[in-house]
Amino acid sequence: MITELGHFALILAFAVAIVQMVVPLIGAHKRWSGWMAVAEPAAGAQFALTALAFGALMWGFVTSDFSLRLVWLNSHSAKPMLYKISGTWGNHEGSMLLWVLILTLFGAMAAWFGGNLPPTLRARVLAVQSAIAVAFFAFILFTSNPFLRLETPPFDGQDLNPLLQDPGLAFHPPFLYLGYVGLSMAFSFAVAALIEGRVDAAWGRWVRPWTLAAWIFLTIGIALGSWWAYYELGWGGFWFWDPVENASFMPWLLAAALLHSAIVVEKREALKSWTILLAILAFGFSLIGTFIVRSGLLTSVHAFANDPERGVFILMILGFFMGGALVLFTLRAGTMEAKGVFGLVSRESALVVNNLLLAVACFVVFVGTMWPLVAEMFFDRKLSVGPPFFNAAFTPFMVALGLILPVGSVMPWKRARIFKAMRPLRYVFVLALALGGLSYAMQTGRSMIGPLGLFLGAWLVMGVGVELAQRTGRGSDRLRRLTRLPRADWGKATAHAGLGVTIAGIAGLTAWTQDDIRVAQLNKPWNVGKYELTLTDVQDLRGPNYLSTMGMVDLAQKGELVAQLRPEKRFYPVAQMPTTEAGIDSDFLRDVYVVIGDQQNNGGWTVRTYIKPLTAWIWLGCAMMALGGVFSLSDRRFRVAAGASKARRTPVPAE
Amino acid sequence: MKPLVLFMMLFAAPLWAVQPDEILDDPVLEQRARDLSKGLRCLVCQNESIDESEATLARDLRLLLRERLVAGDSDEQAVDFIVARYGEFVLLNPPVTGANWLLWGAGPLMLLLAGGLGMSYLRRRSVAQTGGEVPLTQDEQTRLNEILRR
Repeated sequence: MITELGHFALILAFAVAIVQMVVPLIGAHKRWSGWMAVAEPAAGAQFALTALAFGALMWGFVTSDFSLRLVWLNSHSAKPMLYKISGTWGNHEGSMLLWVLILTLFGAMAAWFGGNLPPTLRARVLAVQSAIAVAFFAFILFTSNPFLRLETPPFDGQDLNPLLQDPGLAFHPPFLYLGYVGLSMAFSFAVAALIEGRVDAAWGRWVRPWTLAAWIFLTIGIALGSWWAYYELGWGGFWFWDPVENASFMPWLLAAALLHSAIVVEKREALKSWTILLAILAFGFSLIGTFIVRSGLLTSVHAFANDPERGVFILMILGFFMGGALVLFTLRAGTMEAKGVFGLVSRESALVVNNLLLAVACFVVFVGTMWPLVAEMFFDRKLSVGPPFFNAAFTPFMVALGLILPVGSVMPWKRARIFKAMRPLRYVFVLALALGGLSYAMQTGRSMIGPLGLFLGAWLVMGVGVELAQRTGRGSDRLRRLTRLPRADWGKATAHAGLGVTIAGIAGLTAWTQDDIRVAQLNKPWNVGKYELTLTDVQDLRGPNYLSTMGMVDLAQKGELVAQLRPEKRFYPVAQMPTTEAGIDSDFLRDVYVVIGDQQNNGGWTVRTYIKPLTAWIWLGCAMMALGGVFSLSDRRFRVAAGASKARRTPVPAE
Repeated sequence: MKPLVLFMMLFAAPLWAVQPDEILDDPVLEQRARDLSKGLRCLVCQNESIDESEATLARDLRLLLRERLVAGDSDEQAVDFIVARYGEFVLLNPPVTGANWLLWGAGPLMLLLAGGLGMSYLRRRSVAQTGGEVPLTQDEQTRLNEILRR
């Protein structure tokens, strides 16, 4: 019964979306306020109905209703509750439903908080947003309906892929989708502005919070995914340049570019048509990402619904929205003349270079991801493009970005003098170079990656320090002035420092990892680096829906016990799949990472040990970047511009 | 999901990336083998190198690679030996030959192009220009002022 209600709500939401796509658009064109006003309640209704449908599906998973085909395929009655819930989106159909749920949520938020937008712009934004929703509702209802029943319900389900049964991965998809779909708001604003034929500072201000929110979610989503890969896949890599990872990374790069170019639109009324183009492309890459994951066109560890029919459908959606938006863009871009005038050396120019590097870096990732396909289709060569290519072709752009960032961010608007801007930074530049040089001298003569990354990280973090010191001016009141800096400035500082921390972390892990592979006998210690490890015990345990072989490893330094690690090897009988759970001791400067394998004939166990310097910094930096975004988002000027001061507040009941 | 699960079942016995019995006694040779195997793709896996992979085929390739190195092959010879048997697909780092120039050149070329466009834009911006836009209406101007004042 609940399932049928959910199915019905989904169809109803589809109908509402069609109305919301058509009526406000005509209303905005004819200036009929009644027709425009349809958008607002429709957006709310669409969200409520989709939430109902999603809730119904989740109910099916929570109660293990195996008469639902989707639940039978992806769940099991013995699965822990957390994974029953996360199982709702751990499959193609459910994740698409989550996708539209978030899409309609953003639409509803734009309706609720968009009180200050001009009525025509708001009507058009909501209509475009709804057009995207129509396409995806149709996709779900016609090719991937989650509410299909089975005639004879089986006794139990087939379980969720064990790799996905993990807290990190339970929340990885929702965050990623919040990011992907959040970019649809930027897209809707861009298309609405093109229809409207006008882009001004206010537009820049309105579109920025949405982009910022999307970027924050993408950052968190990607970080969670890479963290999961690090501790779950058993050899301690954090990024694999897998097509699906690239699919999430490309929108992230473009969203980062868009964030920065929207600042130029807002403050200086320049870069308008480029910003519009970026907004269109950023969402375009989100759609391409969806296409890559769902079509099975590119082989990937994530490929999870290899169905050509679905692929073609998404390709059509992609073609329609990108084609339509880009045609509109070529027709209208000419009318968006920039106003602001600035010198060749200025904050504006620095932001142009930022955009250039991010966009070209994104292009490199795109070409690398699609190349195997292109080479096979046009050149009859079956080849692979793997991490070595991306490391070589992508990294230089990030290095360049890191080099110019501190200089660009202290430059004044309009006109700057390069040497004047660099003057206050010269000490930290030398200091950062010295730090990089020191690490080069201390390492055992290997790659340049480590020293370079450490130099860039120090340069970025200390550059932020210099910038903050500069902002406080001179004299006695500096501390007070520092605390009174706008939140957006704190956001900028935190996010930029976070980038530095992440770069240093990546360099540390890549350049200075030590590893050791051996057959360990019980209670016979071995040394890795400055640590002594001992396998003291191996036990067989039962989890709720898996069998586990758990090793106890003592980690000691100079005879003193540092930590006890518990690497596990799990086997999920229903899915017939083994997984590894690494035992990790993480501290500020290094991770010790231990994985246990099979028992050998002589009674010992295979054990792999890694010492990974600075590894935790990778995710610490990501957290800082996301936190910086949150600071910026809470800045007063966005609330003013987004109209929160005027928006009807929902009364909060007293506790 | 299903094909993936079925696929995993084929390799259900928990195998390993590099195993202790594969490691060569000569640490220099072993390091060379590790470095080379990071650039070779496990053919039955999805986007994993043979150094990381747990599949049986990857183990075979790792052993083959080590055999060649022990037999005195140079790095290049050993890799060529494997490419000759398994095709170009096995290389994770696409060689700069033929059409692959496009792949490797894409980034630098795009940077040049975009750099040129950006530079010409910046030059135009540094010379004063006006007009072309729809000006704000009276109402909008008052509204904007109101917003900015707040």
